[in-house]
Amino acid sequence: MHLKYESIVREPLVDGNKTYRQVTEDIVSPIEKKPGKMWYIGFFISLILLGFGAFSVFWEVYFGIGVWGINRTVGWGWDITNFVWWVGIGHAGTLISAILLIFRQGWRTGVNRAAEAMTIFAVMCAGQFPIFHMGRVWDAMYVLPYPNTRGPLWPNFNSALLWDVFAISTYFTVSLLFWYSGLVPDFATIRDRAKTKFRKRAYGLASFGWTGTAKNWQRFEALSLVLAGLSTPLVLSVHTIVSFDFATSVIPGWHTTIFPPYFVAGAIFSGFAMVQTLLILVRKILSLEDYITLGHIEAMNKVIVLTGSIVGVAYLTELFMAWYSQVVYEQDAFNWRIIGPYWWSYWAMMTCNVVSPQLFWFKKLRRNIPFTFIMSIVVNIGMWFERFVIIVTSLYRDYLPGSWTYYSPTWPEVGFYLGTFGLFFTCFFLFAKYFPVVAVAEIKFVLKTSGDNYKKEMLKEDEKSLEEFVHENSHH
Amino acid sequence: MAIKKFAVACYHTEETLFSAVDKVRHSGYKLHDVYTPFPIHGLDTAMGLKETDLHIAGFIFGLTGTSTAVGFMSWIFTSDWPVNFGGKPNWSLPAFIPITFELTVLFAAVGMVLTYCYLNQIMPGVKKHVFHPRQTDDYFVVVLELNEHSSEQEVLGFLNGTGAVETNTQIAEEGWWYGKWDEEETYELAH
Repeated sequence: MHLKYESIVREPLVDGNKTYRQVTEDIVSPIEKKPGKMWYIGFFISLILLGFGAFSVFWEVYFGIGVWGINRTVGWGWDITNFVWWVGIGHAGTLISAILLIFRQGWRTGVNRAAEAMTIFAVMCAGQFPIFHMGRVWDAMYVLPYPNTRGPLWPNFNSALLWDVFAISTYFTVSLLFWYSGLVPDFATIRDRAKTKFRKRAYGLASFGWTGTAKNWQRFEALSLVLAGLSTPLVLSVHTIVSFDFATSVIPGWHTTIFPPYFVAGAIFSGFAMVQTLLILVRKILSLEDYITLGHIEAMNKVIVLTGSIVGVAYLTELFMAWYSQVVYEQDAFNWRIIGPYWWSYWAMMTCNVVSPQLFWFKKLRRNIPFTFIMSIVVNIGMWFERFVIIVTSLYRDYLPGSWTYYSPTWPEVGFYLGTFGLFFTCFFLFAKYFPVVAVAEIKFVLKTSGDNYKKEMLKEDEKSLEEFVHENSHH
Repeated sequence: MAIKKFAVACYHTEETLFSAVDKVRHSGYKLHDVYTPFPIHGLDTAMGLKETDLHIAGFIFGLTGTSTAVGFMSWIFTSDWPVNFGGKPNWSLPAFIPITFELTVLFAAVGMVLTYCYLNQIMPGVKKHVFHPRQTDDYFVVVLELNEHSSEQEVLGFLNGTGAVETNTQIAEEGWWYGKWDEEETYELAH
């Protein structure tokens, strides 16, 4: 029971000669220090973007949705593109925190905290778009089934758009609970080593009075496992339901049964790319290279190449089905995607999502940090174009050639998108400053099995014969 | 709740912790609790704790969510405000599946987290006695409860013999109270 053994063949999850105390020190000390100059610059830029976004939204609410480039033919433009893009990004966090927990993937411990934070902030950004797309945003609460004086008149529970309301709000709530329940013990760690009055009080409040009794930890593990079990189908359902927004309609290019798995794979693909972008910066700035190792980056690149290939297969399947169906509308929709006026968006999507991730089959490139960083941005550009292609290039030429049109965004639409970057990074900068960006307790939990120094001690165990090993460890 | 006297022993490794817990259970001293900075598998069984029933609470909350969603949507679409959607049946069960699923998950998660907070007695503003500031860092802290008959010397001697790196006695509130974490409380035993 006390022997923590893991084969030496597996790469260590924590590099360097760490003790439990050193783990606490490495992760918590950036919180106790004043942030560096880069932090202030980044935070300031984020605030400016957020401010510009707020102004763009104010402009749209004040003058009405007509200030956007969308029109009668193209009713969904940048807004819904950005909505789907941000929701998709969120999915990697839940995949890391929930699905990898169920699969007992030890490497999740180094990255799950930051990835879950990313999920929560990304879902916050995503939620803005459908709400302000409503136009009369002051009536946004009409989507909720509350007893009202209009009958009561209920929302249409058969509508995919209403399913989205339930899916996104449940997803946000459950992710937040999962994230915070893991943060409570780490806040207690910060509280108990705090030197200043303010920090003691603030983290005392945030830690809910956690002291770490054996029974509390037992319930903690039970809770984590069940929340992971709930989040796993939840995350799959969320992007499935987002894809229903399209798939349940009768628009050529949208009305396909491949959408749910195709959207889920794409979501995980783009989400992992965003995790890479953020963590490559975080590990450098906060000197957490020992916890977010090259092994972690490689593991995530493997997920990127897998999901990128699934997405590629989905694109080709769509094309094949358009031809095989022999439906002229379906065929034209895809023909125009490839060589129509929006050809550039289709080919940007194809290059960024299908061709470029294939480079990750090479181990050298998977373990190359600057290359991974560039690729992570390329993938997210590609995934943005995917949503743009699906939405705009299915709408701009409808059944009536007289209403064919070309859509380009106006500045309030672009400003709104930039504003969500501001919101996302403002939250992320605050998170990086005040929250433990790596799950302290979870790292300690895997340290003696997967820490570099502890694994080296296990070399002695490896040399023993089987009889000797059984004899020494079977006295329970 | 109650102010009591405790004997505290800190351990540095899992091995000494497990053997100490074993010795305490055989010694007849009253084990108050064990505090650790991270979950330690097998510690609950070593202490003789039962498996938690938190899962069952989650299951019941989940079922509540399922029945709330199905019941509410069925009532609205069949009796409260039936709407004709192109002649389709009013009670369109397959279309209820997404919302039913979401509410099942939502109720189960929220209900379970609230149950968890209640059982663990944790909430913003709650304060509990911390026997050693390093119990959330790298120490494994075993706490024994003393009564008026126990000899302090004898208990500390016993704990020192179990491989503890640090031992002491403390008078403390055993439960929780509302308090600010930047303020120190001092206690005296009532005689």
